[in-house]
Amino acid sequence: MSLDLILRIGTKLILPFILLFALYVQFHGDYGPGGGFQAGVIAGGMVILIGITFGLGTAKRIAPQVMVERMVPLGVLIYAGTGVAGLLLGKNFLDYGVLGHDPVHARELGILLVELGVLITVSGTMTALFYAFVERGR
Amino acid sequence: MALLTLLAAVTVAIVRQRSLFGVVVLAGIYSFLMATLLIALDAVDVAMTEASVGAGISTVLLLATLHLTKTTEMSPINRNWLPLLVVLIVGAAVVWGTLSLPPFGVADSVVHQHVAPRYLAQSIVETGVPNVVTSVLADYRSYDTLGETTVIFTAGIGVLLLLRGLRRRDDIGGGGES
Repeated sequence: MSLDLILRIGTKLILPFILLFALYVQFHGDYGPGGGFQAGVIAGGMVILIGITFGLGTAKRIAPQVMVERMVPLGVLIYAGTGVAGLLLGKNFLDYGVLGHDPVHARELGILLVELGVLITVSGTMTALFYAFVERGR
Repeated sequence: MALLTLLAAVTVAIVRQRSLFGVVVLAGIYSFLMATLLIALDAVDVAMTEASVGAGISTVLLLATLHLTKTTEMSPINRNWLPLLVVLIVGAAVVWGTLSLPPFGVADSVVHQHVAPRYLAQSIVETGVPNVVTSVLADYRSYDTLGETTVIFTAGIGVLLLLRGLRRRDDIGGGGES
């Protein structure tokens, strides 16, 4: 780790803001621009930045490879599971209106769940791809 | 217009550049220009995606790929004019196709008449989500977004299997030697 000090301290300084911005993009997606995909890429980018600056080992301590690779199918399962939940409750696939008492709130909840699924799959995929590429280069 | 000119300049630079490292950097610049262009078109969501994926993640992955391969592009062995001809014909066909499109931003064109008015009017009533882009993506057109997520999943798993599968075979070979 002979990288210079400014790079490492600078990265440390902006990391919390990147994570905060990813969460903002995720949960403010109902009101402003953004959503699961963008937030997932930003969160994945944060892990990649850690990996570039502090080495792969540090990145894997923060986001273990096994977890990251399980996130890839988990997100799709959450998304499809939200759809199947609507199916089981007697409506169409991906019809969120039955997930709560009030149809409007239920649809908001459905959108939240679905965006969470997208976030998990996208951030997992981006990080897993980065790990795979870096490991090949060794 | 200035942005489009810059985009064209970067494209020419990418084509003329032989050092692949330079190409990766220029591709990042291209993505940022594209993101600025998309903001100018009021498509903030797409601009965000373009900036983070196009300029961020793909640059990192391309640099990682360069680490695995050589960093200079070989000069072409022979000059083949057929690809240029094909590109020119296809490009001309695309430009010809845009001629019959309605002018940009016209409110009464066909695409703005079908379901868009209903989405704009009913989104806040039906879903309680003020951002219509989100409600269309995650609710009205949820099938499409599920498909997109599945595409990301499939692509990611495919690349992982390709990179890891080769690695495992290498490891077995290496283990036999030692």
